[in-house]
Amino acid sequence: MSETAIHAEQVHHSSTGLSNNKLAMWLFLGSECLLFGGLISTYMLYRGRVQDGPRPSQIFDIPFTSVSSFVLLMSSLTMVLAVSAAKSKDDARTNLWLTVTAVLGATFVGGQIYEFVTFYREGLGFTTSLFSSSFYTLTGFHGVHVSIGVILLLSLMGIIKKNKIPGDKAEVVELIGLYWHFVDIVWIVVFTLVYLIPS
Amino acid sequence: MSTSPTEQHTHEEEHGLSDGGYVKIALILAAITALEVSTYYVDFGPFFMPALLIMMIVKFVMVVSYFMHLKFDNRIFSYMFYIGLGIALFVYFTALATFKFFG
Repeated sequence: MSETAIHAEQVHHSSTGLSNNKLAMWLFLGSECLLFGGLISTYMLYRGRVQDGPRPSQIFDIPFTSVSSFVLLMSSLTMVLAVSAAKSKDDARTNLWLTVTAVLGATFVGGQIYEFVTFYREGLGFTTSLFSSSFYTLTGFHGVHVSIGVILLLSLMGIIKKNKIPGDKAEVVELIGLYWHFVDIVWIVVFTLVYLIPS
Repeated sequence: MSTSPTEQHTHEEEHGLSDGGYVKIALILAAITALEVSTYYVDFGPFFMPALLIMMIVKFVMVVSYFMHLKFDNRIFSYMFYIGLGIALFVYFTALATFKFFG
């Protein structure tokens, strides 16, 4: 059997002719839209309910968050370059771009922790107001997703180095890439609706 | 060896853009982000809200289409994602309308 036929057999292993793993990932991402939709709508409803706590416009540091957003956006570029390298079967370049993506993701999470600590010191605790609870829940959930993404990237680099990837290596990199880009598009929406549009 | 336009098209359909293409998309996204941030400093008047929302949607669609390869992949993947997104939008717009968010 030729190499192409073996590859085709590995990829087209479902009744749809598509990868089941990829279908599952897209289904998962579709369902994640519902999770973040709920968190974003809750924030939109409560963003004006500040009680005695600080208002969003008093505490948000737009230049700082803009830099964080730019960092996360660029991590999507490095991720897609990692997927491209994996499809070219270039392990060294794949690992390089995965490392850069993980570093950018960790930088974003570090920025978010710094932001949370600053807000807390300025009097915005989790239970200060409905605004603060919904804000921390939304951005916190997103931060946890980015952190999980960083762990996935680091794990992926480890198993690539040990050459222990089950199945198609490029597909595994692509699946983690899909998750990473999803985290980025959620932030695109959060950055606009939460930070740039005033309550 | 040069590739014909048809071969190039087939390559894009299967694998997405070239690395240079991805960098171009990222530069466009960065420029849109800079424009978004400029709305914080410059008064855009009545265009403020629509401009921000349009830029947000454009960035969203560009990442999904090019970086997530939906433009080049099988349509079933697009259906799975956009149906989930559509349901989320419908449910939460309805919820927000129920709480008189838009009025």
